[in-house]
Amino acid sequence: MRLELRINGSVRSLEVEPLKRLLDVLREDLILTGTKEGCGEGECGACAVLLDGQLVNSCLVAVCQAAGASVVTIEGLSSSALTPLQRSFVECGGAQCGICTPGMIVAGQCFLDSGAAATDEAVREAIAGNLCRCTGYTKIVESIQHAARETR
Amino acid sequence: MIPVTSVKTLPEAYALLQARPPGLRVLAGGTDLMVAINARVGLDRIGHVLDIWNVRELRGIALQDNFLRIGALTTYTEIIHSTLVNTQLPALAAVSREVGAWAIQNRGTLGGNVCNASPAGDTLPLLLAADARFLLGGPRGERTVVAEEFFLAYRKTALGADELLLRVDFPLPDAARLAYRKVGTRRAQSISKTLIAVRATPGLREVRIAAGCVAPIPLRCRRAEQAAMSGGDVRAALQLDISPINDIRSTIEYRRLVSANVLLQLLKNMGTPYSLPGRP
Repeated sequence: MRLELRINGSVRSLEVEPLKRLLDVLREDLILTGTKEGCGEGECGACAVLLDGQLVNSCLVAVCQAAGASVVTIEGLSSSALTPLQRSFVECGGAQCGICTPGMIVAGQCFLDSGAAATDEAVREAIAGNLCRCTGYTKIVESIQHAARETR
Repeated sequence: MIPVTSVKTLPEAYALLQARPPGLRVLAGGTDLMVAINARVGLDRIGHVLDIWNVRELRGIALQDNFLRIGALTTYTEIIHSTLVNTQLPALAAVSREVGAWAIQNRGTLGGNVCNASPAGDTLPLLLAADARFLLGGPRGERTVVAEEFFLAYRKTALGADELLLRVDFPLPDAARLAYRKVGTRRAQSISKTLIAVRATPGLREVRIAAGCVAPIPLRCRRAEQAAMSGGDVRAALQLDISPINDIRSTIEYRRLVSANVLLQLLKNMGTPYSLPGRP
């Protein structure tokens, strides 16, 4: 099928299979490889992107369901410099191997945009769908809390 | 390649349902069906996909005629943030918050949980305990099926091949309280080991009990209900209702013991002086 997606602000027209995963369309058709595949079953959050402003696992979205929608990937969070949240991950040691990092940052940005107070509990709930096997999460939580202090 | 028909209205959906293409599967938020497709599980049995995600009339939450009515495509996130649900049926908002995590809650729907009909479906014991009714619709018309008569056997429901689940209606609990507890390995992203839901009036005069993950279907536990209402041995009665299995998430013994512990705790917390018979 032919469909249009608004990817990171620009409209792209694509010829794709309707049940192809949004994740594969991003990585294979649009060469946006910042979005990672972890589990492929909605457990790990490595493939998290924003679909019409909502956090989703792109491995569970059939691309036909994204037709006409707006998608923001890790590449689209900022057009040039790092975002305050990305800078926080650098400064606070929020990334190690890096596989979970794009999903963590997209989920973390979602949390910052929600305006909720950045308590431990609230931040941990916001990233509960994102698995990290390196950091033990503490530095990721600190990164998000640091960004919340910097930007609010 | 599996053909997909994406529809925006019920008449469009009904037109496809009437044609009954072989192997038709309905796609809503994709949190179950896409997992199966990605894993290539049962792929050869999927002949055609009906994508209903954009059917707006299947969304929304309203209070009408003493029922809380929730459209089948309403997401967990919408339920979690609904003032109506939080005031009228707070247990449903709470259990929705225990499904997956944000990204799943943004896509997963109440109707999807019902139609996927997993014995581990997190909302399903609550729907049974709350005496929810399901409005089904298709080219032949609409009908209502109570939750208890919907789940027939493992992953088999009363939904006809040409029907969609349109809405879930909850009778308002009035004086009754509705409570549940999910037991999983961790707080988020875990599939339950057991899940118990109870609706009870003060003094346990009327009690409805349902359980998940302890039978081939989400199960109403009638023997346990009788025992709870008559002051009998709830723990022993529940063991006759349930038939748990060993699987990767838990064991028969754990499920039997913990289900009974959780049920007794829930009944105790219903605000009544309830003794705990037979506690090991």
